[in-house]
Amino acid sequence: MAALLDIRRRIRSVKSTQQITRAMKMVAAARLRRAQDRIFNARPYANQMMALLSSVAARTADRCHPLLQERPIKRQLLVLVTADRGLCGAFNTNLIRTAQIYLEEHQDRDISIITVGRKGRDYYVRQPVKVVGEHVNIFGRLEFSQSQPISQRIIELYTEEKVDSVDFIYNEFKSIMTQRVMVESYLPIKPIVPAAGESLIDYIYEQPAQEIFNALLPRYVEIEVYRALLESQAAELAARMTAMDAATNNAADMIDSLTLYMNRIRQAAITREIIEVVSGAAAT
Amino acid sequence: MADITLPTEIHLDIVTPDRLVAHDAVTAVTIPGKNGALGILPGHAPLLTELASGAMEYTSGTAKHTLCVNWGFAEVLGDRVIVLAQSAERAEEIDVERAEKAKLRAEDRLKRFDDLQVDRERARIALIRAMARLETAHKLRG
Repeated sequence: MAALLDIRRRIRSVKSTQQITRAMKMVAAARLRRAQDRIFNARPYANQMMALLSSVAARTADRCHPLLQERPIKRQLLVLVTADRGLCGAFNTNLIRTAQIYLEEHQDRDISIITVGRKGRDYYVRQPVKVVGEHVNIFGRLEFSQSQPISQRIIELYTEEKVDSVDFIYNEFKSIMTQRVMVESYLPIKPIVPAAGESLIDYIYEQPAQEIFNALLPRYVEIEVYRALLESQAAELAARMTAMDAATNNAADMIDSLTLYMNRIRQAAITREIIEVVSGAAAT
Repeated sequence: MADITLPTEIHLDIVTPDRLVAHDAVTAVTIPGKNGALGILPGHAPLLTELASGAMEYTSGTAKHTLCVNWGFAEVLGDRVIVLAQSAERAEEIDVERAEKAKLRAEDRLKRFDDLQVDRERARIALIRAMARLETAHKLRG
């Protein structure tokens, strides 16, 4: 009868695991909704900023801000945005794999890395690469102010000419089912297309257009960094939700097959006992 | 000369990266420009300015609203005012006690002649922010 007890115990343990995965799925779903709202809330600011930037760009002849300056790329900075926690399917694995491919492809450059999120840091701490910065535990309460230290740091490194280019690797939130790993260049800022077609409004400039343009550029980098973090957070939660949903379903399947097996053993035991009794009666 | 009919209200949008703070039809706006406060009434000429940290006010109907904004830009387009701020808080949301403490802390840090430029800069920014908060809070309370 030991086998029966063992199976019961296993069913119980799978059930409690299932409860945990189900709870994690619920939590991820609730937080995902909030993360999506946050992306939605950040959009007006980003759009207005882009509109303002291109309209000011149309009015400034001289575009030689340090952040626009292209240099031959010798020193590359890579910002890798991973999650703080695991149990979200292949989310972190995909990121790190992409980062490894990236490192191999750009072996000719002197690459340093800034990791965002615990998982990326834990991986690269043990690798022979130059990690120049780490930001962990920012996804719990992600706000614009938390993205600022990152953006300020990359702006600083770029303007001081310690790096010649800044790329980001992060997960883009496409839909709840799919995330896409993105490799994007953040600095130097791609040339901004001046707003064309629309009639140029004659502004009263409180400050010269040039000054406003120059003040806008770092803000533009900040909002782009913030957007990457928001995308990554939403993607992480979506990945966790899908992974935990699959885990819950798998646990249910396992419970079903174990229950079936258990019943079969129990029935076999009953049958055997009946046969024993019957054959015992027949023998007398 | 024909009469030019001026609009009687402006559409004000205050956006920060975290949220849309205000989306309202207003009759008057005061914004803290970098070179001093700017009063905007309906029909103002197009204007573009960088913002300083400070209090901004707007009147919508009979209600007067006071907010504290931190750095950013403001664009005025005839019937539209767009304020892009790094952060914005309504005066009612400001914790005066916390702002006072932050101000004292920042002043204290500035007094200790730190060699670290970065820390001084950070303290200076914190001081400006705290002062903007206090200014806004005082405006609300009369």
